[in-house]
Amino acid sequence: MNSIAFAVASLKRDWRSGELTVLVAALLVAVTALSAVGFFTNRIGQAVDQQAAEVLAADLIIRSSEPISDEYVVAAEQSGLQTARVLRFPSVVYNNEQSALGAITAVNEGYPLRGKVRVSVEAFGEPVVTDETPLHGEIWADHRLLARIGADVGDTLKIGASHLSVSKALDYRPDQGWDFIDVAPSLLMHLDDIPATELVQPGSRVTHKLLLAGSEADIAAFRANIETRLTETENIRDLEDSSPQIRSAIDRARRFLGLSAMVSVLLACVAVAMAARRYSERHTDTVALMKCMGADQAFVLRVMLVQLLVLALVTGALGNLFGFAAQHGLAYLADDFIKGELPPPEPGAAILGFATAAAILIGFALAPVLRLKHVPPLRVLRRDLEAPPLRHLVVAVLAVGAVLAMLYWLIRDLKLVLYVAGGMTVMFLVMAAVGFGLVRALQPLRGQVGVAWRYGLANIARRGRESVVQLVAFGTGLMVLLLLTFVRSDLLDDWRDTLPDRFPNNFLINIQPDETDAVTQFFAEQDLEPPRLVPLIRARMTTINGVSIDDVVFPEPQGKLFAQREQNLTWSNALQEDNKILEGQWWNEENDTPQVSVETEFAKSLGLSLGDRLEFDVAGERLVAQVSSLREVQWDSFRPNFFMVFSPGTFDNALGTYVTSLYVDPNERTVFRDLVNRFPSVSVIDMEAILTQVREVMAKASFAVQYVFLFTMFAGITVLLAAVQTTRDERRYESAMLRTLGARRQVVFAGVVAEFTTLGLLAGTLGSLGATALGYVLATQLFDLEFSLNPLLWFSGLLAGTLLVGIAGTIATRSVVDQTPVITLRENL
Amino acid sequence: MLTIVNAVSFSVGKGESVAIEGPSGAGKSTLLALLAGLDVPSRGAVWLNGDEFSALDEDGRAALRASNVGFVFQSFHLIPSLTALENVMLPLELGGSGRAREESLSALELVGLSDRAAHYPRQLSGGEKQRVAIARAFVVGPSVLFADEPTGNLDTGTGEKIIDLLFDLNEKAGTTLVLVTHDRNLAERCERILHLDRGCLTDGEAL
Repeated sequence: MNSIAFAVASLKRDWRSGELTVLVAALLVAVTALSAVGFFTNRIGQAVDQQAAEVLAADLIIRSSEPISDEYVVAAEQSGLQTARVLRFPSVVYNNEQSALGAITAVNEGYPLRGKVRVSVEAFGEPVVTDETPLHGEIWADHRLLARIGADVGDTLKIGASHLSVSKALDYRPDQGWDFIDVAPSLLMHLDDIPATELVQPGSRVTHKLLLAGSEADIAAFRANIETRLTETENIRDLEDSSPQIRSAIDRARRFLGLSAMVSVLLACVAVAMAARRYSERHTDTVALMKCMGADQAFVLRVMLVQLLVLALVTGALGNLFGFAAQHGLAYLADDFIKGELPPPEPGAAILGFATAAAILIGFALAPVLRLKHVPPLRVLRRDLEAPPLRHLVVAVLAVGAVLAMLYWLIRDLKLVLYVAGGMTVMFLVMAAVGFGLVRALQPLRGQVGVAWRYGLANIARRGRESVVQLVAFGTGLMVLLLLTFVRSDLLDDWRDTLPDRFPNNFLINIQPDETDAVTQFFAEQDLEPPRLVPLIRARMTTINGVSIDDVVFPEPQGKLFAQREQNLTWSNALQEDNKILEGQWWNEENDTPQVSVETEFAKSLGLSLGDRLEFDVAGERLVAQVSSLREVQWDSFRPNFFMVFSPGTFDNALGTYVTSLYVDPNERTVFRDLVNRFPSVSVIDMEAILTQVREVMAKASFAVQYVFLFTMFAGITVLLAAVQTTRDERRYESAMLRTLGARRQVVFAGVVAEFTTLGLLAGTLGSLGATALGYVLATQLFDLEFSLNPLLWFSGLLAGTLLVGIAGTIATRSVVDQTPVITLRENL
Repeated sequence: MLTIVNAVSFSVGKGESVAIEGPSGAGKSTLLALLAGLDVPSRGAVWLNGDEFSALDEDGRAALRASNVGFVFQSFHLIPSLTALENVMLPLELGGSGRAREESLSALELVGLSDRAAHYPRQLSGGEKQRVAIARAFVVGPSVLFADEPTGNLDTGTGEKIIDLLFDLNEKAGTTLVLVTHDRNLAERCERILHLDRGCLTDGEAL
């Protein structure tokens, strides 16, 4: 027997006769919703990556203290990558008698490969975007550098042995680094002018960079190709290594998108489970007959598997197509909202559609459909014989496994997946219990209402188990819709509030210990809130638990890099509010020995744990400190934060410098001119640009979530239709019987309205309860945000439940009531 | 344990037509299920064309049915989502026949329903449904045809026509017929009647 041909032919016939409509519709809505989310998330993700690339001014950087060989440039160009060279070193810049330290950044044409440079025609003037780079003999100097040496555009500055003319004031370059330790303000010049300055000699402390940009695949291929050829002085940086602030914002954005996608998944699963159950029930007789005609179990199994596979492929392909169209249209509509063009989705994103269809079918349709394999052939003579009932454990393992796998694949965040999946499971159980109670509670009402309502309420009570299933399905649909509508916007608003308008947008660094009081005084004079100054000490780590860091085996490759570089240390009495202790404790005051609190990711890279002893070289002095706590840092708080914080008294107060962050209105940046004039050693780092980037990420995430909401609504409606469909055959027969017995059509119809309105009201109650509870858990446990009860949520939940379920349920069953009784009764013969 | 059929021993010759007759609850359908290999006896054995049916597992019995057995049921058992033609094609397709459509069209023609080939069961009358079921039973050329109360859901006139058709086809094909009925008149059209009462064979008469 050719099971494939038979399976495909049967599937076609089922489709043509309408048997598959609800199952396919549910799958299609699910896959369309998810693939649209997938494609759109992919595009947003790429846009976000592009923004992250701006921070590097490239997709990949090779950095070295030695000149970078042309070999890499040739290899990169052969791989289809764009390249640009950058040379960086600190040097004193002179304007006649006045001088200041500048970060000389020499570039060639093409720089930057990602992002744009902004310049102005005078110091602190209106910035404009430029695609050019400085010409030979010209320099673009940072506003702050110009202020510090009393120069402006048009002046000539002396750098080493060269005299170069300031042709523009530099406002922003993408890779200017907002690591607040990037000390001196920048000076951009042409790479070819460097030899004439005579500043770069063998042994000079300079950083050579080769910027690279291209498609993700080309970059990956190039990276794989050269990684083994890198010398000891060369290392690679990519988007993943770029600053933690942006990474943290992106992670949050992805969580929000993942959350939105997840609710569509779960809704679709409910719809598919219901449709598959009905499909299986309606095929029990067919399978019994097939077996009676000689089909063996293996054949039935093969047929069912092939049918599921074909369904997955077809709905996967169609869903992808619809999803692609849907996301495209909406991305186009969103053009004004999202600044700049979104990159097209990557072809790989289409896998999501097929994987979703397959996972949903395996998780929610496989068990009821495969159960058909066990239908006894004797059923053709004895209608009471069924296949053995489904084992709850098998159903649960398949369903939970599929959901967890899909969710994990979608959002790659185990904690979020477990929270929501756990929340949903508890919610399902609670809903089933409450639903059961509500159905039972309807019983006494039956004696007190008219005939139509009595019929409607009796229907709910009589179908006990089915009613609870429908209630849970409707309730879940409403819950996720409410969760998205209200809780989502509450969460997003709260999240935005974590980055208010007057957020610190400038870092001040290099404040000398004897200047701290004067700097505080300066801000008070300017009517600005005096910022909290944080000490900063630079040191090198020498040993971990007595083993030289050159000999330590680190769990992650970057661990060695982290350990070897110059460390920025601080000390503090109190734990900053954007820091949280995960392990150990903040200072143990009885312990006189120096203690250090280590940031958790940093500790992971270096393989550090509580009690480890770290030794440092601080300005030639040896310092040993013990790890007393591991700390989580909220990097996107834009306050000075440190991988390592020491207990008070560890360092001499006169050691190191101080740093701080503060908000200054971008229009009043001239205050910094006065500041650097008065305190020449102080450097100001403008964070406004990066804050704007983070806000843009938030805006994009917010929009994408709104957009996903539409699809979730479709998924919710499918659940409802699937639920109605499961009882359709029974309803049709009952309605025919009632009308045969003399009930008027209106009475039967009013009974249906009463039934679905009541179900809707109950589902609204369950949905509102669920959304409130789950929203609370998400806000407090996952996003660390305040949660407030929203009365509008309850009002909308009850109203939407009653109207949506009432109207849709009535419409979906209307044809059942309308059908002539004789046709229905004859079909049941 | 409930004993439904007991001390039943008989054989049916090739091409013979046998009626199993008895009141409701006598065990007729159970006996039919055992004879057709849809069920196995807790004690005793059933042979079909020399193979011990009752010694095979479910898949073995299915294979034996596929090549030897046809069925006609009281409630027709047509698949509602398939047309009349597709219902007839089903056993041929299960058997992997490459000419399922042509053979099924011929079978429908034999039962006088070629003009209803594209109709769904819900569009057919009771008599027409049973004729489709008969076409489906004969299309595979079974050596044994089992019929379970084939006129039970039909009015007398239609029932008679169906029985005429059934016996006519049976005669032409030389098929062995085992027919379960509580209708004495119908039973008497068979060559032999086995009377079943409370699970026991009370007599067997040759006509």
